[in-house]
Amino acid sequence: MTPLLSAHGLTKTYGPRKACDGVDIDVTEGEVLAIVGESGSGKSTLLSMLAGELAPDSGEVRYRDREGRVRSLGEIGPAELRALARTDWGFVRQDAAQGLRMAVSAGGNVGERLMGLGQRHYGNIRAQALDWLDRVEIAADRIDDPPTCFSGGMRQRLQIARNLVTAPGLVLMDEPTSGLDVSVQARLLDLIRRLSGELGLAVVIVTHDLAVARLLSHRIAVMRAGKVVETGLTDQVLDDPADAYTQLLVSSVLAA
Amino acid sequence: MSEAYNFAYLDEGTKRMIRRALLKAVAVPGYQVPFASREMPMPYGWGTGGVQVTAAILGRSDVLKVIDQGADDTTNAVSIRRFFAKTAGVATTTRTTEATVIQTRHRIPETPLTEGQTLVYQVPIPEPLRFLEPRETETRQMHALAEYGLMHVKLYEDISRHGHIATTYAYPVEVAGRYVMDPSPTPKFDNPKMDDCPALQLFGAGRERRIYAVPPYTKVRSLDFEDHPFRVQTFTEPCALCGARGHYLDEVVTDDAGGRMFICSDTDACETRREDAR
Repeated sequence: MTPLLSAHGLTKTYGPRKACDGVDIDVTEGEVLAIVGESGSGKSTLLSMLAGELAPDSGEVRYRDREGRVRSLGEIGPAELRALARTDWGFVRQDAAQGLRMAVSAGGNVGERLMGLGQRHYGNIRAQALDWLDRVEIAADRIDDPPTCFSGGMRQRLQIARNLVTAPGLVLMDEPTSGLDVSVQARLLDLIRRLSGELGLAVVIVTHDLAVARLLSHRIAVMRAGKVVETGLTDQVLDDPADAYTQLLVSSVLAA
Repeated sequence: MSEAYNFAYLDEGTKRMIRRALLKAVAVPGYQVPFASREMPMPYGWGTGGVQVTAAILGRSDVLKVIDQGADDTTNAVSIRRFFAKTAGVATTTRTTEATVIQTRHRIPETPLTEGQTLVYQVPIPEPLRFLEPRETETRQMHALAEYGLMHVKLYEDISRHGHIATTYAYPVEVAGRYVMDPSPTPKFDNPKMDDCPALQLFGAGRERRIYAVPPYTKVRSLDFEDHPFRVQTFTEPCALCGARGHYLDEVVTDDAGGRMFICSDTDACETRREDAR
């Protein structure tokens, strides 16, 4: 079966620096792929290119749409790309303020994609928003509060609800748990794992935290200096790393 | 008419530039056309956009009416009327039926407009999406791709907060089935008058440097939800002066003991009714 998303030879340079250097990545349906590496290794640049927000210098990103056609992100116009980004795909940002509308209530944040798809029945939109707030464990009586009144963990959960309301097949996440304290992190990770399992969601999650990768992902790709140095099943890579850099990375994590 | 100024204050080159923007605006109803807005001898917020549009379209035989919240006799209306009487020497009037060009700040006259009349709106903020999306680059994209879901987010917020669509002025409309437009801060009471109107409607925003238009007989639809349809304000009492029902009323406080009356905001419509009754 063709993968849901596949990238070939993605390269992006900033001046003399190569942020990404010939990266190949495949994501199949229902699979959680973690991209790990130290900061500055090109993880976020790679994610931006996968999302179509950043044009690669060379290489190509292909995706399979709902009708099963394989398309290239470079070929489709901005209208189609934006439609794709707000229906079939999701993007959970590290900074919730970038992924949410901070001045709009939680319900409005979740409902925006539905209204973007042309839904014009207030009662239905609100019912779906309530359903999704419940699924991300936000109390129903907070539906009219803006995210500015929410804690960091709640904001991330609201971002997830906002993205999942249109039943996307693929969600990209950029460090969704960083900046949260450990117990809140654990709860969010549980939620992501449960939802991705229930919905058969493909997830690409960028993280510098190997524990997050261990808990969530089926497969892992280790990046260093713009290159993918090792890929494989998560447990295999983390328990028995082949590459020297991965060995260093794994051994540098403090055991709890 | 003063000899010190060019006809209608602006130089001919500027008026031509504004007319080109107007032609484009009429050709693409509801689309905000950028134009090189000039400094006018009045502060921003007092109708610099409307005045430039009026100056660009005014001819020697035009009859000008200027209203401010429906009234012909308030400061803004009087001074703009005098401005054009002085710089263009055109005839002015307070009668809606006699006017060929009506510059308005936030009302549409109650008397139905006719073919050949032009209504010029003064617009403070032309971008209907601005309060939800501060980036101009992004709102332009949204207009280009007709991505108007965000406009409904604003209405959603209204309902969730107040139980009904509480936006009462600057109520967003869809023009000719395409562009979403801010009808300037007119009360939503006036929105239905914009639909299929025989008169040409021009909008000028001086500070924001945008011009847009609704050509005669164009479909103008107020946005709403299926279960919260668009409704205009209604008034329980008639006008205290002329007894009209179905006019937009202003509340006037008459003393410091809670006394108040409701009178027509459109002074010409009110006076005409009272004269007819005599």
